[in-house]
Amino acid sequence: MQRELAVEAVGLVKTFGDNRAVDGVDLAVPTGAVYGVLGPNGAGKTTTISMLATLLRPDAGSARVFGHDVAREPQIVRQLIGVTGQYASVDETLSATENLVIFGRLLGLTSRDAKRKAGELLESFGLTEAARRPLKNFSGGMRRRLDLAASLIAQPPLIFLDEPTTGLDPRTRAQMWDTIRQLVATGSTVLLTTQYLDEADQLADRIAVIDRGRVVAEGTADELKSSVGDSSLELRLADPADLDDARVAIERVLGVSSSISPEHVRVTAPMQDADRVTDLLLTLRQEGIRVDELSVRKPSLDEVFLAITGHGVPDAAPAEGSAELEGSRA
Amino acid sequence: MSTALITPATERIVPGAERKLSNRVSLGQTLANTRTMAYRGLVKIRRTPEQLIDVTVQPIIFTLMFAYIFGGAIAGDVQSYLPALIPGILVQTVVTTSVVTGTQLREDMDKGVFDRFRSLPIARIAPLSGALLADTLRYTIATTLTFAMGWIMGYHPAGGLGAVVLAGLLVIACSWAISWIFAFFGVIARTASSVQGISMLVLFPLTFLSNAYVPVDSLPGPLAWFASINPISHLVTAVRDLANDGTIGGDLWMSLVGAVVIVAVFAPLTVRAYMRKA
Ligand SMILES: Nc1ncnc2c1ncn2[C@@H]1O[C@H](COP(=O)(O)OP(=O)(O)O)[C@@H](O)[C@H]1O
Ligand SMILES: [Mg+2]
Repeated sequence: MQRELAVEAVGLVKTFGDNRAVDGVDLAVPTGAVYGVLGPNGAGKTTTISMLATLLRPDAGSARVFGHDVAREPQIVRQLIGVTGQYASVDETLSATENLVIFGRLLGLTSRDAKRKAGELLESFGLTEAARRPLKNFSGGMRRRLDLAASLIAQPPLIFLDEPTTGLDPRTRAQMWDTIRQLVATGSTVLLTTQYLDEADQLADRIAVIDRGRVVAEGTADELKSSVGDSSLELRLADPADLDDARVAIERVLGVSSSISPEHVRVTAPMQDADRVTDLLLTLRQEGIRVDELSVRKPSLDEVFLAITGHGVPDAAPAEGSAELEGSRA
Repeated sequence: MSTALITPATERIVPGAERKLSNRVSLGQTLANTRTMAYRGLVKIRRTPEQLIDVTVQPIIFTLMFAYIFGGAIAGDVQSYLPALIPGILVQTVVTTSVVTGTQLREDMDKGVFDRFRSLPIARIAPLSGALLADTLRYTIATTLTFAMGWIMGYHPAGGLGAVVLAGLLVIACSWAISWIFAFFGVIARTASSVQGISMLVLFPLTFLSNAYVPVDSLPGPLAWFASINPISHLVTAVRDLANDGTIGGDLWMSLVGAVVIVAVFAPLTVRAYMRKA
């Protein structure tokens, strides 16, 4: 028997003026998995999520959440989803507890149940100490956690996370990743968007790469990466005169051809098997080729894009990733 | 920074197919959602009490100022001006307060939390109806303070306490009706300050071109005509009749009919515009 799809979108389109923000997106998200939507700033990720979460009406195409049409049965869809937007959707003037209690009451919990649920969620998200303070002095990470907590009150089977870690410091990001993994362990389906290839790689069972409102690639992280190429090994030699000898050695030991950097100091080679690098280093030592610096680079989103779409990440990107946004609407 | 381990509750999630779902929102749920949204409004007031400055300071300052500036000129002395003035100030202050419904609605709709309300399975209308309900607290505060201020200055309404309470309720009900106008501006305007701007443009002629501060027959022709048909004038007269004489006259019915007409026109307009955005 085929597994039920949590999300099934066919030909979704949304235009703003003459900007086709989402231009025929198809998605099939299996139940019980983390599905990643990967794309640069402005690719149409938020617009797509908004349509799936009944916040925006599609101009064309259709989408179903657990078999319920988002346009015809929006109120049912809303009972099945939790949405954590790109910008915090909690009330700044209220405390964390007050926020969660109000959302709980709106979802039909009694006053007592809403308070108990708020307490539990704050506890499990490590926010108990800050529970009574107004959100104005919350850090970006705390706000994101509260936002996520608010999406979990009704224990929805499908959770949308729009760029859950953009602007977070590395440690808070790692915590958020753990949280997302645990959500899936309890039976939730998670659809998350991200600008980071490594995030999609770490969390998602399947990934859709989206560019200019279209899905340009879809598959598991491994499938995606093999279409792009693996990590690359980069060597900087003490003596540029050794460059050609080094390339010969790489060809012999790793079995791949390498390239030379424009300044003629570095050699770059695709790296399939990290274990073989030891052999290469030994060979270089035997041949008297001295290495100044060695590094391994994973393919970046830019390279994924270059490989899939033939163009790099559009220039608009930097503002979004900067830490100052910190999850609150400017 | 906290070092807390983030562990969401590990209760098993009920799969989508096993849930009881309905695409309709019942009237009971609509009322419950409205109540919760009104509660949210009250919590916000408690968190930011400076929001209440207009309903607390304005009755006090206006009553003092108008009584001592105009009292002598209009009625000979302050004491004999109070029975005419206090109902006028009351109506103006409370009606002015209802502008806030519109500006706050606009601010709320621009905030991130509004997106969450829109993604919840609640009555679409609840954020609007809740805001309108919560604001009646503001009108009650302004009404109580204006009568209290009058009392302190020596205004002892002859109609008695029961009539004063009734007059207060009348003003609150009419202000609530008028707040639908400003809620409409709040829904259709782009920014909170433009809501404030348009609302004042409506409010100033309405409250000042009335019998709130001066007798209508002291006004020049066209203004006197406008003041005599102005629903605010009828409301002021109704409050004066009630508080000063304990009588219910035609003006009270006129005010109530005016309130009903405003709600009948603006509630559907507002709700339609609001639902398009919500
Ligand atoms: N409300 C809107 N009005 C007009 N244009 C919009 C609106 N929302 C998004 N866009 C445009 O649609 C495109 C996709 O935006 P978005 O979905 O936010 O991308 P992402 O979330 O991937 O960064 C962008 O070009 C953006 O400028
Ligand atoms: Mg986005």
